[in-house]
Amino acid sequence: MLETTITRSNPLVDPSLAVWSWEIPVYLFAGGIVAGMMILGGLAMLRIAKGDDPRTFFSLHTPLFAFMLINVGMGALFLDLAHKLYVWRVYLTFQPDSPMSWGSWVLLVVYGALMASALVRLPQAWPWLGRRVPVLQTLSDAITGSPGRMRLLGWANILLGAGLGIYTGILLNTMVARPLWNTGLLGPLFLVSGLSAGAAAMHVASVFLPRRPAPEGMLGGAISALVQQLGPEPPERRTVDTLIRADIAFLAIELVLLGLVVVNLQTSSASHAVAAALIVSGPYAWAFWGVIVALGILAPLALQWLELDHRIPHTVLPALLVLVGGFALRWVMVNAGQASHIVHAAGL
Amino acid sequence: MPRFGMVIDTRKCVGCMDCVVACQTENDVPAGYCRDWITTEVRGEFPALKMEIRSERCNHCDNPPCVSCCPTGASHVADPGRVVLVTANKCIGCKACIAACPYDARFVHPKGYVDKCTFCHHRTKDGLDPACVAVCPTHCMAFGDLDDPASTVSTLLRTRAHHALLPEAGTKPRIFYLT
Repeated sequence: MLETTITRSNPLVDPSLAVWSWEIPVYLFAGGIVAGMMILGGLAMLRIAKGDDPRTFFSLHTPLFAFMLINVGMGALFLDLAHKLYVWRVYLTFQPDSPMSWGSWVLLVVYGALMASALVRLPQAWPWLGRRVPVLQTLSDAITGSPGRMRLLGWANILLGAGLGIYTGILLNTMVARPLWNTGLLGPLFLVSGLSAGAAAMHVASVFLPRRPAPEGMLGGAISALVQQLGPEPPERRTVDTLIRADIAFLAIELVLLGLVVVNLQTSSASHAVAAALIVSGPYAWAFWGVIVALGILAPLALQWLELDHRIPHTVLPALLVLVGGFALRWVMVNAGQASHIVHAAGL
Repeated sequence: MPRFGMVIDTRKCVGCMDCVVACQTENDVPAGYCRDWITTEVRGEFPALKMEIRSERCNHCDNPPCVSCCPTGASHVADPGRVVLVTANKCIGCKACIAACPYDARFVHPKGYVDKCTFCHHRTKDGLDPACVAVCPTHCMAFGDLDDPASTVSTLLRTRAHHALLPEAGTKPRIFYLT
């Protein structure tokens, strides 16, 4: 028996660590979706550089969407900071040992790549902007007119997307004090989950956004473009089917990785096994099994399989479930991870 | 350069919390927060029980995870003493260091930056003991250079059985508890 009494009662630290609330899961989720979209958009660019028809690649629309989402994530991250007025300090230094420092600098490059990628579909997505700022149209033509530049941008998207997706896991992974995060599989898990959520977000966007008219006018166009950036053309049926097929593959891999994370922790040290119990049978089990595994992976897997088999009609429900599961994964890992700690051997 | 550390005799500590109050007064720690605290552990089965009372704080680790995760360099190792400090006007309050610390020794100061024990750097750089050590009524705490074989802390560690907290975390803590 071990009974421990501690007089410390620091806010957000005791009785168990809770320094990160909803903001960090939102940041990790938005980052994951953006990572997924960048990889899928990058793959589309490589195909187009080979000569495929760009109109069949709905993912080319996503850099604009991803650009907005990354701002949502960065906004959440900013809200989480306790010393907000000093945020600029991040960009006065580079700390090679700090994943967060790497992430801060990589995000600048991601911003650049997303902006350059957004120019690819500028003429179709924001025709008014191309007319008012001709240099953007010129840049767009320079990229789309050169297979070499398109290929370069495609690879930049794929590599940066993979880096961003893995980074969201590595950020947590390096903290030795929180055993739930101490598995190298967290980076790949968040990357695949990001791919799945990215495909799902594109699926949702493909259903809702193209039905509206293209934005026009200077102010009205600018405002409406923020919510309607995809243009009037709905994607082809086979594009949506491709997204569904991709999502099935990502969900299957995510399920395997999730299982491996649990096995990895349970077969590791006592601290890691206790941490795994938090999500497998402890206070976060309902969210882990119910929301992440059942609602977020198994249900959309089954529904999308049946859709492709033409046994049930196509709906946006599986994609919405994937998004719910993707957010729940980050929420559970961030919160249960903070609750996990190194266990005294004598306390076992 | 010295490498400051602390040795605390758990056979002398009575958990009076003088060290806690002295720290709060010396360092103007806001109400409701603490940089050091008392942990009481009771082990065994009645009637064969063992109790250990410890005064705990930041371990000023030789391999501090709070320093390596900091994106701005606000958390840093400072001389004299190789102590771990936080520069308030470099800290963005991302709280990564709080999550990285296995001892939960850090907290967010009401002004927004992360705060923790400094080993009373403003005193130790002038050759004084930290406030907690200076006020201890049972003299259970010793402070000094772990790299100096003649220091009190080195002598105690050579001659008495001791342990550190969570050595398995690999942080190489520099506070030792005599048993």
